[in-house]
Amino acid sequence: MDNSYDQIKKNASARTRALNIAVYVLLGFWALMVLFPFYWMILTSIKSYSEYSSEWVPKLYSASPTFQNYVDAFTTVNLSRYFLNTLIFTLITTGAMIIVITLAAYAFARLEFRGKDLLFTLFLSLMMIPNELVIITNFQTITNAGLRNTFTGLILPSITSVFYIYLLRENFLQVPDELYYAAKVDGTSDLKYLFKVMLPICRPTLITIIILKVIECWNSYVWPRLITDDEAYYLVSNGIQEIRQNGFGRENVPAMMAAVVAISVPLIVLFLIFRKKIMAGVSRGGIKG
Amino acid sequence: MKVVLENLTKRFPNRNRKGDDVIAVNNFNFEIPDGKLIGLLGPSGCGKSTCLSLICGLQRPSEGKIFFGDEDVTNLPPENRGVGMVFQNYALYPHLTVRQNIVFPLENLKGDQKMTKQAMEAKAMEAAKLVQIEPFMDRRPSELSGGQQQRVAIARALVKTPRVLLLDEPLSNLDARLRLQTREEIRRIQTETKVTTIFVTHDQEEAMSISDMIIVMKLGVIQQIGKPQEVYDDPVNLFVAKFLGTPPINVFTGTVKGEKLYIDGSQVLDVPGVSDQEVYVGIRPEGFILHDQGPFQVRFGAVEVMGRDISIVSYSDASENPTIRSIIDSSNKVEPEGGIIRFALKSEKVHLFSKETEERIRVTRNR
Amino acid sequence: MDYKSNKAWLYLLPAILFLGVFMVYPLIDVFIYSFEEGYNSASQTSFGVGAYNYSYVLHDPYFLQALKNTFLLVIITVPLSTGIALLISAALSSIKVLKDAFQTIFFLPYVTNTLAVGLVFMILFQKTPYSDGFINNIIGFFGGSAVDWIDGPYWAKMFVLCLYTIWIVMPFKILLLTGALASVNQDYYNAARVDGTSKPRIFFKITLPMISPTIFYLVITGFIGAFKAYSDAVALFGTDLNAAEMNTIVGYIYDMLYGDSGGYPSYASSAAIVLFAIVLTITCINLLVSRKHVHY
Repeated sequence: MDNSYDQIKKNASARTRALNIAVYVLLGFWALMVLFPFYWMILTSIKSYSEYSSEWVPKLYSASPTFQNYVDAFTTVNLSRYFLNTLIFTLITTGAMIIVITLAAYAFARLEFRGKDLLFTLFLSLMMIPNELVIITNFQTITNAGLRNTFTGLILPSITSVFYIYLLRENFLQVPDELYYAAKVDGTSDLKYLFKVMLPICRPTLITIIILKVIECWNSYVWPRLITDDEAYYLVSNGIQEIRQNGFGRENVPAMMAAVVAISVPLIVLFLIFRKKIMAGVSRGGIKG
Repeated sequence: MKVVLENLTKRFPNRNRKGDDVIAVNNFNFEIPDGKLIGLLGPSGCGKSTCLSLICGLQRPSEGKIFFGDEDVTNLPPENRGVGMVFQNYALYPHLTVRQNIVFPLENLKGDQKMTKQAMEAKAMEAAKLVQIEPFMDRRPSELSGGQQQRVAIARALVKTPRVLLLDEPLSNLDARLRLQTREEIRRIQTETKVTTIFVTHDQEEAMSISDMIIVMKLGVIQQIGKPQEVYDDPVNLFVAKFLGTPPINVFTGTVKGEKLYIDGSQVLDVPGVSDQEVYVGIRPEGFILHDQGPFQVRFGAVEVMGRDISIVSYSDASENPTIRSIIDSSNKVEPEGGIIRFALKSEKVHLFSKETEERIRVTRNR
Repeated sequence: MDYKSNKAWLYLLPAILFLGVFMVYPLIDVFIYSFEEGYNSASQTSFGVGAYNYSYVLHDPYFLQALKNTFLLVIITVPLSTGIALLISAALSSIKVLKDAFQTIFFLPYVTNTLAVGLVFMILFQKTPYSDGFINNIIGFFGGSAVDWIDGPYWAKMFVLCLYTIWIVMPFKILLLTGALASVNQDYYNAARVDGTSKPRIFFKITLPMISPTIFYLVITGFIGAFKAYSDAVALFGTDLNAAEMNTIVGYIYDMLYGDSGGYPSYASSAAIVLFAIVLTITCINLLVSRKHVHY
């Protein structure tokens, strides 16, 4: 009798252990899949050009690590220019968007006006419109306005996001009405109430939106590619494409990788700092687009 | 099937990694006779749910043994123990119909235990009939009321004819009216199936009303085991006395001197066989008798009419509770004189507890 | 009341303005473009109205190539990535040690620049006169022969594209699925254990139905996302996707709009509307299917 129990117990624990090992192997494998490209780019970026091109079979370490490639990346091509452009683009776009969507979300959440429900429904239905459909006319509009190769042209179309208005409005709605009435009794203006009460309360959502938008801006490629052909206005994504095609000479892979590392680092650092916030924000409504 | 726990102990590592382990279940020894309904009772965090998990097999004990009958099941996984469990939130699968939910455990059977579709269906119907939910077999749990969900959960637990049925806070998710109805239902089902049933609750009324036996726990330690009435009438310590009964027992500080009990300076009762000491005195609400010459004086507060009875609210400096509640028959007339009201006491409703250990001090009666 | 109403409109003005100019107007305009035959962007004139643009696009070998590529990409990557993500999420939910570390690592592709990492993938797979490339070295190690994955045969290029797409979309799927798995009440599993349910049966009969809403959400967004694939292809094969036979529908639209084929907004509009129609159809089918299979 006792034996059969021991047997059951032993079988069960053996099976659990085997499963456990399989689980870690699987996770380890995928972690390797994810990390390897990063390792590779960092590794290659510190190999000298001659070391890299002498390896018919690439080595997984570097015999003589060098930072020359990083120097090259910032001097031979205009990487710092691309960085600066992207920074300007990201800051202005995000900042302007926050103002626009905050005002709109506040109107939808707090203010009363005729046609509110209808307008909100219209807004929501715009969420279904794919960017590809409207980008054609936007391209024409910006071109006709003579705004190609300007920051204005780059920034204008991405200043509003229906989805973020929706997200923020939902959050605004959770702020109890009593606060608003209390503020009104004290004679607070709507604008002051919005900035002094609503925004501080809804800060987590606001931060989430900002982070998501920053990621989106940093990685945006399609619109900048259409609207700029002057190197002076390239963003990092276009820059990397430019580097790849005309940069260091097609074969200088280490220098290319140094540029890639430099471009990847800011977002990864941002991610490691705000890991929890970013992941929570993305699961609430971020689709890489 | 009788259930025996032997030196059962469950320790958890302390959450902040400092200090000692948390002992959720501390050295349990008791035997549950076959076919009885047992209430495991205690305030939240007393380890009663852990104890249930140990019996169920969802958790392994740190020490000790569990027997079902003569069989040692300590190291058996839950599926090999032959237990049925009803979870606090019922854990009905929301995507399956009532029928599919009840059949689910049967579909797990393997080897020679395997059943045909018809046999499973018949079994499920039998269980459904027992808990009276046959009309709802093709609904989903979300389309049922809380009480009906509870019945489905019980049916699912019973369908494999378990040796032991376990219920975790079975009534806590129901409203007051349903609670009364459901607890009678549980009693009926248990009587019909005669399966040994253990249920966990923090509601003493619930436990007392339907259990054959109750086990009162505090901080992982069993305080008292017995028939509900016995435990109520004869608590072993102040905790048990306070925990059982609504309205709760009235507690006073008192002194014993020369085998007489004094509260607030007045001599209120003879306590033969008790040595001189400071004590806590617990007096059940029904232990007071209105008496104009009564030895026990308190300041009158108010009378609450409860229909059959009346409840007198009064105050005393010796009282440990903010108010004193006494329940007397409504035929009595309450006439406080100068704000003072006098009681005589029923000695069997008065319990003495040591001031230091809070353990019961027994009075030698009928010497 | 009027003053209040005006104030609200003032708050909404910027949003309405931007949306009007950059979303509503283009939405109408794109339909007009798509039916204007022989539109010239320089003179802004056209010959007339008709369906010729659609006919042209649907007969354009480049578009058909793009259509084929996109469909292949969708059919391969959506089920695969969802399946693998489910497997990984299930594994992730079953462990405690290193869970946070794995979660962090798995999320990394989400925050990286598609173009930049695509370049790394290209280097890893590319075969050049100087080196067979890392992947080919591995294949060689196991006795296979080297393939040029970037400029070589069609199936090889498609493989790399699919692989990279899966790599990119994985974080989002893993994140949502682990979230969904974590939200399944532990009592369901306890109940199943008491009933002696086997692990596969628990997974298929309890876990999967419970998280089916998330899975369908991922499938739908996956379809939409994969149909709009573009920058991953550019990252791997450069901007001249037509030459590489690796163009996608969105790539075709952009190429038509601007770039090497140079400025045919009418064709671009027709292609965009065709894409929109496909995505809408597939989404509707998906929703219908999910209505049938996703409970509660």
